[in-house]
Amino acid sequence: MTERDKIFSRIRDALKTASPKPGSHHLGHHPTAQQPDSLTAARTAASGARDWLPSVGHTEAEWITLFTKNSFDLRTSVIVAADAGAAHRQLRALSEAEGWARVATHGHGIAAGASAALGLNQINTDGGYDVHALERCDAGISGCDALIAQTGSILLTTRSGGGRALSVLPPHHVVIARLDQMVPDLPSAYELLHHTYGPAQWPSMITIITGPSRTGDIERILVLGAHGPKKLTVILY
Amino acid sequence: MTGNATQFQNDADRLTSDLTHRQRIQSAMTKYYAARYPRQAIFRDWQEGRQTAAETKWAGINELDKHLAEFEKNAVSRGTSVHWTSTSEQARQVIVDIIRRHNAQRIVKSKVMTSEEIHLNQLLESLGFEVVESDLGEYIQQLKNEPPYHFVFPCMHLSREEISDLFENHLGTAQTHDPEALTMIARDVLRKKYIEADIGITGANFIVAETGMISITENEGNARLTAALPRVMITLVGIEKILPRLADLALFLPMLATAGTGQPLTCYNTMYGGPRQPGEVDGPEEWHVVFLDNNRTTLLADPEQRDALHCIRCGACLNVCPIFKNVGGFSYGTTYQGPIGSVITPHLRGLQDWKHLSSASSLCGACTETCPVKIDLHHHLLHNRRNAVAEKPGRLESLLWQGFTFLMKRPWLYQTGLRVGRLLQPLHGLVKGDILDPARAWTKSRELPEIAPVSFRDYWKNRPLVSAGDRKGGPP
Repeated sequence: MTERDKIFSRIRDALKTASPKPGSHHLGHHPTAQQPDSLTAARTAASGARDWLPSVGHTEAEWITLFTKNSFDLRTSVIVAADAGAAHRQLRALSEAEGWARVATHGHGIAAGASAALGLNQINTDGGYDVHALERCDAGISGCDALIAQTGSILLTTRSGGGRALSVLPPHHVVIARLDQMVPDLPSAYELLHHTYGPAQWPSMITIITGPSRTGDIERILVLGAHGPKKLTVILY
Repeated sequence: MTGNATQFQNDADRLTSDLTHRQRIQSAMTKYYAARYPRQAIFRDWQEGRQTAAETKWAGINELDKHLAEFEKNAVSRGTSVHWTSTSEQARQVIVDIIRRHNAQRIVKSKVMTSEEIHLNQLLESLGFEVVESDLGEYIQQLKNEPPYHFVFPCMHLSREEISDLFENHLGTAQTHDPEALTMIARDVLRKKYIEADIGITGANFIVAETGMISITENEGNARLTAALPRVMITLVGIEKILPRLADLALFLPMLATAGTGQPLTCYNTMYGGPRQPGEVDGPEEWHVVFLDNNRTTLLADPEQRDALHCIRCGACLNVCPIFKNVGGFSYGTTYQGPIGSVITPHLRGLQDWKHLSSASSLCGACTETCPVKIDLHHHLLHNRRNAVAEKPGRLESLLWQGFTFLMKRPWLYQTGLRVGRLLQPLHGLVKGDILDPARAWTKSRELPEIAPVSFRDYWKNRPLVSAGDRKGGPP
């Protein structure tokens, strides 16, 4: 008998007695709460999550406003540009203001285009890269799968974000995105993931980035750039 | 009393009267409350969210075998190696074998509470490997050679001055009392470690059955770097972290962040579904998921307390607990502190050795009320007390009850006792609270009520007789 078999047999023995439904006395008081009749029903309860999460509004304009407000609270810079050309100019202005010498990017359509317009030394992570060289870059410029208004987050995978390290190793992460990549809330972000990658094309890493890297470990005082980027900028058009 | 109980009582005694220590906790917790409650209020319905979260975990745990098998099938299909371990010893052995097979020397770790449970660092260091904790708080605790003080805020008991001294002693850096400068010192040291490391070890906050992924919640980016740069990734995780579906995270991630730190979401919530896939540019060549039981199935076999396995380790029950706020994290002597630790440790490590923690509670229920997955924590503390006595009745306690019964059945003895007590009580002042005082556990910080000069029985026997007409004034 393998250790796996032993663990599974202990689990099956333990589960012979069912445990009571959590807080069942509380059910039924809320108009939209469903009384789950079985485990299967309970499993679908999660689809109700949207009703409990913070409000997001109904129109794209409201989502963009909410995303911008949340980003401000998180210390993410958001730049809304009129078109691709304006976005490239904004990126160049950022590069000049910070005096970038080297940047890293990947073959993602709009991120690669914007980076090329900078005319700087570039690493493209697509063909593999030297980790020391990536660490010396002033900025990592990537695309993303979606922006999430509810939490001011960026949804990114190894495919839309140039691998695992591009968006976390350089000190400044810049995301280039289109306004139509905005989704209202977290449940829609997961629906989008299923639609894009499921059931058989899952990337090995999916991350939801909510603000620049931070820590509060010393006296609960906020410090940005604990290990990941100190700055996070989203350029939208 | 067991050694653990004595240690708990001594440490609790000492730390409760340490005002600097209490002030540190108070200050950290004040910041937590200020962040958390407004954040919770933004939810359209936090209470229904808790109910949904509780039901989701309940569904996951009550079909744990099915969901774990589903995870394994999905993860293995993308080239992940899945290992099953029943004990700490087995988990340590599996991890050491992987490290040795790769001739690895340098190991970088992101926060893994289960590795504290199996004392992994001590073993790896004793075998001559370099192990570095990369979470800032964990790194500070590693330099200090102490376990985490709180499983979400590992070094909340330290001041910036103490951290500056620590860095000066271990890293030779100049004194600074600026939290940002201190953080940058650690950032510089640890950047090199990620790049040089052969092996990255992570934990997991959730196991997603549907897609064969794990999810890691963090703020610093250290887990992302640990999972990106080393050529082998090992994830050590308890079998109870299961969620049936990927979309369940849409509720659990914001609830964990809100209850844990008062954030809308923590900075990075990352789902890993395999080692580097064809066409991907980086990531580990191998990913090993090591599942740990370590008596979780013992807790699973107790339907009354099974919901304790729903815990998502947000730490909220510690933050609101009046006991934790007085005795601090180290007094518990456990990997998981506070109410959840007091509930689960007796199941994980032995009821008789850890039952004392279930008595260290005012049963106020603040833990149950704050828990985002509605674990019935304060009732479980009562269940542990009941189970401990049922399993092994206390001899002293049953003797006391026998004596009490004997006394109460004999009024003459009770009366005599009262009279003697009344005469002797003034003498109690001479020994009150010291070693000769039989009731010192109670009286060292409290006053015993004075025995009334006349008992009710005596008063009634000798009461002045009144006529029916004088009654309206009531008794004198």
